[in-house]
Amino acid sequence: MRIWRLVRKIWETDPRVDPNPLVYAILTLAAILYPVWAQVSTGGQGDFLISVLADAGVYILLAIGLNVVVGFAGLLDLGYAAFFAIGAYTYAFLASDHLVVTPLQEAVHLPFWIVLFIGLFVAAAFGLILGAPTLRLRGDYLAIVTLGFGEIVPRVFKNLSVWTSGVNGISALDKPVLPVWLNGPWSGDPLEVVQNFKIISPMAFYVVMVLLLGICVVLVNNLRRSRVGRAWMAVREDEVAAAAMGVNTVRIKLLAFAIGAAFSGFAGSFYGAKLSLVSPENFGFSVSITILVMIVLGGMGNIPGVIIGSLLIYGITFLFLPALPPLAEEWATNIGLGGLVPPNGDWPGIGQEMQRLKFLIFGAILVLTMLLRPQGLIPSRVRQQELRKGVQEDMTIEDVNAETTA
Amino acid sequence: MTVAVAAPAPAPTAEDHILRIEHVTKRFGGLVAVDDVSFDVKRGEVFALIGPNGAGKTTLFNSITGIFPPTEGRVVFEGRDIAGAKPHQAAALGIARTFQNIRLFEYMSALDNVRVGQHCRTNSKLWDSLFKTPHERKEEVAITERATELLEFVGIEKHAENYARNLAYGQQRRLEIARALATRPHLLLLDEPAAGFTPQEKVELMRLVDKILAEGITVFLIEHDMKVVMGISRNIAVLDHGELIALGPPEVIRKDQRVIEAYLGKGA
Repeated sequence: MRIWRLVRKIWETDPRVDPNPLVYAILTLAAILYPVWAQVSTGGQGDFLISVLADAGVYILLAIGLNVVVGFAGLLDLGYAAFFAIGAYTYAFLASDHLVVTPLQEAVHLPFWIVLFIGLFVAAAFGLILGAPTLRLRGDYLAIVTLGFGEIVPRVFKNLSVWTSGVNGISALDKPVLPVWLNGPWSGDPLEVVQNFKIISPMAFYVVMVLLLGICVVLVNNLRRSRVGRAWMAVREDEVAAAAMGVNTVRIKLLAFAIGAAFSGFAGSFYGAKLSLVSPENFGFSVSITILVMIVLGGMGNIPGVIIGSLLIYGITFLFLPALPPLAEEWATNIGLGGLVPPNGDWPGIGQEMQRLKFLIFGAILVLTMLLRPQGLIPSRVRQQELRKGVQEDMTIEDVNAETTA
Repeated sequence: MTVAVAAPAPAPTAEDHILRIEHVTKRFGGLVAVDDVSFDVKRGEVFALIGPNGAGKTTLFNSITGIFPPTEGRVVFEGRDIAGAKPHQAAALGIARTFQNIRLFEYMSALDNVRVGQHCRTNSKLWDSLFKTPHERKEEVAITERATELLEFVGIEKHAENYARNLAYGQQRRLEIARALATRPHLLLLDEPAAGFTPQEKVELMRLVDKILAEGITVFLIEHDMKVVMGISRNIAVLDHGELIALGPPEVIRKDQRVIEAYLGKGA
């Protein structure tokens, strides 16, 4: 019962209760128990479920990175997927046979974990290149420029077909190999240290992803509570005042942009390695927007909120919506409306209809969530205050009116 | 209580000018906001800049702190021409300021506001922040300690954990001063620090200015309240329509015909 009261306090965003430790604890526990649950509930056929969560991890990485740019430094970046693409293509170039068919005519096969870091630095470099001329812009203008960048990058990869094979993308990327790995009961092996461990099984990907996420969460939390993190927030709150306090605003904004891009590039390399395929179609505007929705819905600026938001949006877009047509058919049959299932005249059948309504439903879910919980699912204390303050100010005005009329 | 607020400054001498404004002009298109203004601020004094609304006082402050670099003229701070320096460079050199319309970091705690003020006096790099190196940990402890001291110095230590925007008006003004002091300035620019204050608060403010002065910081302020101005400043410059119309100690300014005209209109 005490736990239930705590949960309620958190939901009601009682300022005296910090929900983050609890959320971290639940997330850690869930990350450990999830594979067990997946295997047990499907009778050992849970690889698909585990693989799905490893994919979701890529989006969590992206969301944590974008949160640095948008949530901490307050810079609206609408072209974030561009850096994701850059990271993925970096892996494709440096860890496949692909460069043989390019003018270079020489394949490059660098180890996975090295390319992860190269992807990180390449994306960060592009972040700097884009940021240097544009970060002098403010607010809306920056959003438009990043939007443009986000459109340009996938198009370049699409049209530079001599190097990138255009729309076909690059396939058969190297399977990631780690120099050292610890096998154990989690992979169904006896406990031992193995060398040149190939990450092939979904479980291995999952474990690597969870470890990477853990490291990233710690690092970003360190940043938030540091000189750099405070300077980001100061710039977000008031750029002129921040500059007058000695913060080099251009540099600090560039840093936020580069770090956000680095996360994206890192996630991109991992994504390329897991999928073993990159194509320009995977990095469109909708990806940038999806990530933005994840952080806004989860609670901008608050890392546990961002993680929850990512999981939720990922679940809805990649699991719930695709599964909706068969689900709808099943429900219709179960409640005695089986007549709706087959197509009939103008009626395409409920499955097909749901297929068509998919994005409408997605939109409705977003609108509802934002109406019910505008501060995000697990907001940072700042957002809570902002919204509460608004309510209080309205109330004071009313009070004053009440007094004058009385 | 004494706090090591400023870096040690050389002992003041008769001719030691911390700030020299030399023929500074600021034009916005055709509008001349500040017109060929020159004066000196001596180290260790309280210098006041007064004038009717729209006289160009805040514009001059902005020219000194690099927000709008002057169109012409030199701003010499501690012997160095800083006209055209960026705001963060001015802060690093030792010029801190407050704003006429309070500009705090509203959704950061009072303590964090003052911590940000120490940005230019600390040097933890990205690497240190990411991995919480011993250097960074030590610096963070020092930053927090000093921020707490400064909040005590201005008398709002009880509100350290509150968001800046939730503080009372007078506390916000004090917090702005604490944040400015955190940059370890030699010269502190206060833009209408007593605006909207009760008489009691004005007295407290004057006491705070005295305390700041005792730390060896030169105070240069814009103020409309004549009691405050005449009570604490050693020298006063008067601007009207961007022009310097009078310069001197309070007793001279009080009797200056042009100043009286500027404030009350001709024939007064």
